[in-house]
Amino acid sequence: MQSFLLLTLILLSVSAYYLGRKRALAVAGGQIRNLHSLPSFYGSYTALWCGLPALIVFGVWITLQPNFLIDLVVAGLPPELRDLSPERLNLLVNDLKNQVSGSFVSSAPDPVMVEAVNRYQNLRAIGNTALWIAVLSFAVGGIAYAWRRISPTLRARNRVETAVNVFLIASSTVAIFTTIGIILSVAFESLRFFNQVPITEFLFGLQWSPQTALRADQVGSSGAFGAVPLFAGTLLISGIAMLVAVPIGLMSALYLSEYATPKFRAFAKPALEILAGIPTVVYGFFAALTVAPLIREIGAALGLHVASESALAAGLVMGIMIIPFVSSLSDDVINAVPQSMRDGSYALGATKSETIKRVLLPAALPGIVGSILLAVSRAIGETMIVVMAAGLSANLTANPLEAVTTVTVQIVTLLTGDQEFDSPKTLAAFALGLMLFVVTLLLNIIALHVVRKYREQYE
Amino acid sequence: MSTTAIETESVLGQPLRSAAEPRQKSTIEVTDYNNRQTVGKITVDNPKMLCREVDVYYGQKQAIKNVSLDIGANEVIAFIGPSGCGKSTFLRCLNRMNDTIPSARVTGQIKLDNDDIYAKEIDVVQLRARVGMVFQKPNPFPKSIYENVAYGPRIHGMVNTKAELDDLVRESLERAGLIKEVEKRMLEPGTSLSGGQQQRLCIARAIAVNPEVILMDEPCSALDPIATAKIEELIDELRENYTIVIVTHSMQQAARVSQRTAYFHLGDLIEIGDTDQIFTNPRHKLTEDYITGRFG
Repeated sequence: MQSFLLLTLILLSVSAYYLGRKRALAVAGGQIRNLHSLPSFYGSYTALWCGLPALIVFGVWITLQPNFLIDLVVAGLPPELRDLSPERLNLLVNDLKNQVSGSFVSSAPDPVMVEAVNRYQNLRAIGNTALWIAVLSFAVGGIAYAWRRISPTLRARNRVETAVNVFLIASSTVAIFTTIGIILSVAFESLRFFNQVPITEFLFGLQWSPQTALRADQVGSSGAFGAVPLFAGTLLISGIAMLVAVPIGLMSALYLSEYATPKFRAFAKPALEILAGIPTVVYGFFAALTVAPLIREIGAALGLHVASESALAAGLVMGIMIIPFVSSLSDDVINAVPQSMRDGSYALGATKSETIKRVLLPAALPGIVGSILLAVSRAIGETMIVVMAAGLSANLTANPLEAVTTVTVQIVTLLTGDQEFDSPKTLAAFALGLMLFVVTLLLNIIALHVVRKYREQYE
Repeated sequence: MSTTAIETESVLGQPLRSAAEPRQKSTIEVTDYNNRQTVGKITVDNPKMLCREVDVYYGQKQAIKNVSLDIGANEVIAFIGPSGCGKSTFLRCLNRMNDTIPSARVTGQIKLDNDDIYAKEIDVVQLRARVGMVFQKPNPFPKSIYENVAYGPRIHGMVNTKAELDDLVRESLERAGLIKEVEKRMLEPGTSLSGGQQQRLCIARAIAVNPEVILMDEPCSALDPIATAKIEELIDELRENYTIVIVTHSMQQAARVSQRTAYFHLGDLIEIGDTDQIFTNPRHKLTEDYITGRFG
């Protein structure tokens, strides 16, 4: 029903637009130049007056109605039910809601409940009708108000532009508020975790075994929550990835920006960027099915013991995945060094490689560092490749041939399947997420800072 | 080609009329608008560079048409002309900076002393060490003042010790008339200097590699009058040791600093001669129009 109401509102707004335009032309005697703004602005003005207040009423109503109805129904319950403890009452209300939506009910329906459900449904029907009436009257009222306001001196353009301005501000704050919301939700769950596991154990413990015993006599559930092995594993894999991505990415950026013909560059740069578009799951296949066995065979040929899931395989493939980040951004940065720098160097008799080494790279260095930091935060956050290629065992090791696990992989394993949201095992995922967020945030801040500093280098 | 150009000197510079004959007062009798053959004496007694029948193409477009001229040792020669006339293009041929533009093609002959600079065996890196260049907009590297000047000597391996390098940097800055202003701030970035100082830093950078010729592409167009006066003074002093080719939009500047002037128009070298003669008694109608401010 509500979607029909929205549709009606849209139709009303569209007709309000034409009404407003017509009205504006009419009051101006058909002469556009008599108007302060173009007729379409008067149309938009009317449409905004029709749509916006009605929409706000609609939104507020929809949010408040269910709780209000519940309160009404509870108030109408027999006294002995009303006076239950809050927890019991809450259970009752949940039952009620389930019954209203027609889903599974825990107990056999008793007559009081059936009556309450009926009351609820009646009240809801009334509420919906009232909603229709309220919204439509606000819409029509808005049109009428705008209709009366329209005159040749009305500054419709300024009003519409103000509305657009507010809309733009709102859009830009959506991302900010989402970020804040994510931080808060993760932070509160983490606090609950730190109530059960001391923060020092989490930060400095060397053992990761997130199993808490359900029964007192359960074996092998020590419940160790030391995150050090996870961060060490993350560091190891990201380090290997950077060792692959930074040299290859930088050199390809140098080739593309300084040596390649424009024709080759036009082909190669988008081709390189396709690498960034491959889903990481596909990289995971590649790592687990091609690279890991290859490394194991090479290791065996050299007489080394290589685990079938090794940090090296995951790191190598992750490195390939982030090459485009380094190469594309570095290429842009090197290209942004003004041609006059190159000319100045060439005019002194410098060769191309001298110019690159002594002028271009130093001038572009901060930007290159920024691109590398961006790639690092990407590597740290990467999950899929590691799940598939590096394994789950939380070894604290610096040997790239052994299986390790990372923070993101552990979050995935902790939160997949059926979970109870009050055991430290599940809550640990939020603490890990918070830590990871803090680390990547710091990296991003450093990267942004470095990139900003770079802008001051020349000019 | 104009048929009235009988009294014009030929491209190769052999005078068609005796030098003793007094100069024509009226330019129209010498040549008219349609004449595109160079008027004036293109040769000098002690040439540093010789350019003969130089054509430059950017893709299909011909930017320089059959230009021949000499550049005398220790002289300042000014290239003037309206925008797009090819004077900068021609300047960039003299140290092969046009090589960095993929579509550019140069034909004809340009000699530095007796070496054809477009010959296969010429190393463009060594050529540019002999023919330095200063650009329109000051372009110091984003390095310290010291490093800016030390850049050239370092890449050419001109010095063996740090002390020698220090001396060379100081000497170059002194010759560029900048030493007093930067003595105490050698390690500050070159970009922290004012526009005029930056341009003198670029000149110091160019003379640090001890070139024989310095090309200047409108070196003062981004500077205020006081900074311009300083650079012009400097150019006059540098003439003792270097040959200087300067492209300029300012006719007063050409008159002030140069001994010879060449007037370019749409890729043609229209007229060349002593600066005094060009500015007081131009012999081509186009030159006269330009220097009297009728266009350009």
